[in-house]
Order: sequence, then C-alpha cells, then structure tokens
Amino acid sequence: MSTTVATSIEADPTLPIIRITREFAATPEQLFRAHTDPALYAQWVGPNGSDTRVDYWDARTGGSWRFVSTLGGVGYAFRGCFHEVRPDRIVQTFTYEGEPDGVALETLWFDDLGDGRTRLRVQSLVDSIEGRDAWLASGMDTGVNEGYAKLEAMISNGPA
Amino acid sequence: MPADILNRVFSALADPTRRDIVARLAEGDATVNELAQPYRMSLQAVYKHLRVLEEADLVSRPKGRQPRPVRLETEVFDQMEAWIERYRLRAELRYRRLDAVLAAMGTADHKEGDGHVHDRGDEHRG
Repeated sequence: MSTTVATSIEADPTLPIIRITREFAATPEQLFRAHTDPALYAQWVGPNGSDTRVDYWDARTGGSWRFVSTLGGVGYAFRGCFHEVRPDRIVQTFTYEGEPDGVALETLWFDDLGDGRTRLRVQSLVDSIEGRDAWLASGMDTGVNEGYAKLEAMISNGPA
Repeated sequence: MPADILNRVFSALADPTRRDIVARLAEGDATVNELAQPYRMSLQAVYKHLRVLEEADLVSRPKGRQPRPVRLETEVFDQMEAWIERYRLRAELRYRRLDAVLAAMGTADHKEGDGHVHDRGDEHRG
C-alpha cells in the first residue's frame, strides 16, 4: 500500500513510556473493528509465521482478553483487561504471561484524518524505565526473531 | 545483557543536566571546566554527572597528567538506535499485516454493503 506512512516510535527518556504512531488507509471505524473483533485481531497481531488463537475476548469497557500465539511450536500467551472501549479510543492492560508481574497500560487513539485515512497512536506505559527498556530489548536474542534479517530486508525493499 | 546496557543508558539520560551535557558534547569535545560553565553547580557535581555518563559508556574522559577533554562515545547511541529500530520494525511488520486485514475488510464492505465482514482468516488459525 503506497499510501501508508511508516511506523514511528519514541521511547521517552524521562518516563517509562513507548509511543508508536502509524497511519492507515482505512476509516477509524475499520481500524476500531480490526482491534476489537477477535477473528480480525488474530489475523494480524502475531509475528509473521505465527498462529494466534484467541482464548477469551470481551471487547467492552470492563471486559478481558487472552490469546496465545504459537511460533515454532512454542506458545506465547498474553492477557489483559479492556479498561475502556469506545470508537475513538481503547484503554487496556497488556501482560505477557511469561513475565506475569509486568503489566503495560496501553492507550490507543484512532485519529480521523478524513478521506478514509486514520492515524493510530499507541502509548504503552510500564512501571519503570528499566521495565520499559527490557521490553524494548526483549525478543532480541530469542527465537522470536529468527529470520529477522530476512524480514528486515523485506521491509527495506518495499511492501511485503 | 543488551537490556542491561539499555537500562544504564536510559537511566543516565533520564536526568536533564546529563542530557544537556550530552547535547553539548555532540557539538564537540569539551573540558570539564567548559562543561560546568553554563550551570550553577560545583565542579564536583559536574564530575558526578560525568561519572554516570561514563558508566553508561556514553562519554569517555581520557585520564592522564594533562586531563584531556571529555568526548562523546557514539557507539552506544548506535546500539540503542538499533534496538529501538528493531522494535519499530516489528511494529511496522505487525501494521503491514493490519494493512492487509483492513484492505480485505474494505473489499468485503463493498461487496456486502451491510457492514458484515467475511472471516478470511481461516488459513491463519489453528
């Protein structure tokens, strides 16, 4: 899709926050649906080559969710709560069950840019700068990133 | 290991004075006296900040009889950038998959005209 704008990322030096911004050739309603419909979400959340199975999913204010992504025969489970779900904003918690004490508070905004375009902004807040940095560096030396160079090449060579 | 370095770097840069010192050194090497000038603080305090930056391998202060200027070490910045870039690329890959899902949704919307989305994910799920 030639009209997409590449993902930008910002790690705040003074707060345990990661911010991600990306534009999509879709309406806020479509983007919202891709984040709240479990069948749609499972199609794009996992890394390439993974298989994501939604365990439970209640995308309403006060609901909860859990999914397991299987990659190379290993299952990675994630769970959290939907704190608030509304068309322009989702607030949710996010925990990787391999590190059950860690929890991120994620806020997603769907900014309507008009003409069927939407800017997604995701802010992840964790409990310490150290935790954030471990998060940033995570997956760097595990099997999750096998074949990473290949993917990197794919990205720099243009759309997949 | 990488996370440890990243931790040290980010904690070192969490302080505004140290970020200032780094910005100043990005323009060129400077002596400790030069670095201390813009601040209302003792040389002692500046040395303390420099020690933290040194421990994170962000700056180096060659020792000797004649103290040489403090220098910015760019290697660790490159490393940090590489981690953040990898994280960014993983997000970008995820959002390219989302692009495809959204494109399929758009097609389904046009065909159906009733907002119903075809579940086209069967081949992705177990």
